[in-house]
Amino acid sequence: MDSKHFHHALIINDDHCIGCSHCMNVCPTEAIRLRNGKAILYENRCVDCGECFKACPVSAIIIDQDDYKRIQAFNYRIALVPAVFMGQFCDEISRDQIYSAILANGFTHVYEVEMSVDLLVNQVKTYAKSHPDKKPLISSFCPAIIRLVQVKFPALTENIMLLKPPLDITALYCRKQLTDQGVNPAEIGVFYITPCAAKIAAIKSPVGEDYSMITGVINMDTLYNKVFKHIRSDRSLKPAVVHNQLLSGTALQWSLTHGESNHIPGRSLAIDEIHNVIEFLEKIESGEISDIDFLELRACDESCAGGVLLTTNRFLVAERLGAYSAENKTKTDESTGIEAYTDYLLRRIKIQPISPRSMMKLDENMEEAMRKMDKSGRMLKCLPLADCGVCGSPNCQAFANDIALEDADIRQCIFIQKNREQTGELSPDESLEMLKSVWGNDKFFS
Amino acid sequence: MRFEYNIEAGNFSKAGDASSSFKKILKQLNVDPQIIKRIVVSLYEGEVNIVAHANGGKAICEVDTNLVRIHLVDVGPGIPDINKAMQAGYSTASARVREMGFGAGMGLQNIKNNADILNIQSEVGVGTELEIIVNLPKAG
Repeated sequence: MDSKHFHHALIINDDHCIGCSHCMNVCPTEAIRLRNGKAILYENRCVDCGECFKACPVSAIIIDQDDYKRIQAFNYRIALVPAVFMGQFCDEISRDQIYSAILANGFTHVYEVEMSVDLLVNQVKTYAKSHPDKKPLISSFCPAIIRLVQVKFPALTENIMLLKPPLDITALYCRKQLTDQGVNPAEIGVFYITPCAAKIAAIKSPVGEDYSMITGVINMDTLYNKVFKHIRSDRSLKPAVVHNQLLSGTALQWSLTHGESNHIPGRSLAIDEIHNVIEFLEKIESGEISDIDFLELRACDESCAGGVLLTTNRFLVAERLGAYSAENKTKTDESTGIEAYTDYLLRRIKIQPISPRSMMKLDENMEEAMRKMDKSGRMLKCLPLADCGVCGSPNCQAFANDIALEDADIRQCIFIQKNREQTGELSPDESLEMLKSVWGNDKFFS
Repeated sequence: MRFEYNIEAGNFSKAGDASSSFKKILKQLNVDPQIIKRIVVSLYEGEVNIVAHANGGKAICEVDTNLVRIHLVDVGPGIPDINKAMQAGYSTASARVREMGFGAGMGLQNIKNNADILNIQSEVGVGTELEIIVNLPKAG
């Protein structure tokens, strides 16, 4: 049931980490602990949502992208650019200017990720209609959500819609289009310009797919800086004609909140921001909420406009794409070239069933899990329930579990330390050592 | 292992607290996700019944390696005709309860569909006791 290899794009840089515990306190899956003054990650619990990245005050958490020079290893260098990339630039900078600047920065082709949306939207409708037993259907769009369901809501994995997200369909299309033109597949490098960490993780260790069509990943802020610099330094930049036609309004807004749900008939809800999603899925899982047909769930507030790698404020990005989409509405009939490949793509649009990967269990063996739960319960009774986090775990309940799992020592609790110092069970020196084992030596004078 | 939850009469904002707490426990005990779903749905329906109809009660949940047994005990009006109450769509819920989205008359039926065993004992004017049993197949 457990995945052997589980790639994470979020990496904690020990040299920069100051052990402040901010990341531990915001992690929605309690995947971070503090040990010896550094944050450590429980990899099986992390869903790559990026909350820790946002909370880190010293940028010690990095999102592991490919080296930009890696694109040069290919003769055909494709930038797969999601619509939110364009939404970051002010109105004075045109789409053609942006794409010309991308080409000037080493790429040979630009494909817009959402060009496959118009093809996908009908498939989603058909899928929803033909799977009434899987209600509510959960969209496969956001990879952080798929991972969240796997680890925290394992019973709901069978509700995930088994259709490729636009990114994978478009990647398939651009490869096929080029190989049909006689290009050697080995010469094609498809690089996704990512707004978040979860998409990287999904590409490096795909869920529901055997392998990814995407060669590598470039963080959106990296390309934004290059493109912005290029446009500023060369105002006269001649806009190259990008061979793709304009995206439809539906496609432009697909990655925003309500982008999917607005097109799915029945009771179709859009929920963004990971804590909101968790709250809602708890109720779905208990049967408290029923009769929902479709759930568009996104880990980031304002969906991809709120991706951690975007430079511009998420509300402005969403507003700009909304405005562009109103302008583009009349142009939906124009061919994007992808229609010619509809049959080819539809034959490959399904993904494999997604298996649960529960992180909640205390032990694989139920009897052993019961023993650990019993111990955790006894520990919790001794703890202050202040959820202060000084012990190096995010809250008292998580700390009690950590003790039961032998990942922590009850003397890490500062309240226990004070009590035991009073009774003479713990010397002041021992007490300090316990604190240092969590917070490291640097924060103490002796 | 035994877990006990009090269920407050008439407070719909707390209907679901017992099932939500018990769900977390079952996940920690590595019970199969699909079986957890059946247990939790049964418990939730029973919880709502107590909130909606009774003057309060409690859920006593016992977990063993081969089964989960839930006793839902309430002090309340009792069920005059259990066979009738088991029929899908039969409901005695007040208009106020129905307006809140409860009382569709599917509760007991839903429990029966999800449980391996459902026993109901009820005395009019005294209260109702539900015994719900869900078997746990031996994990590999």
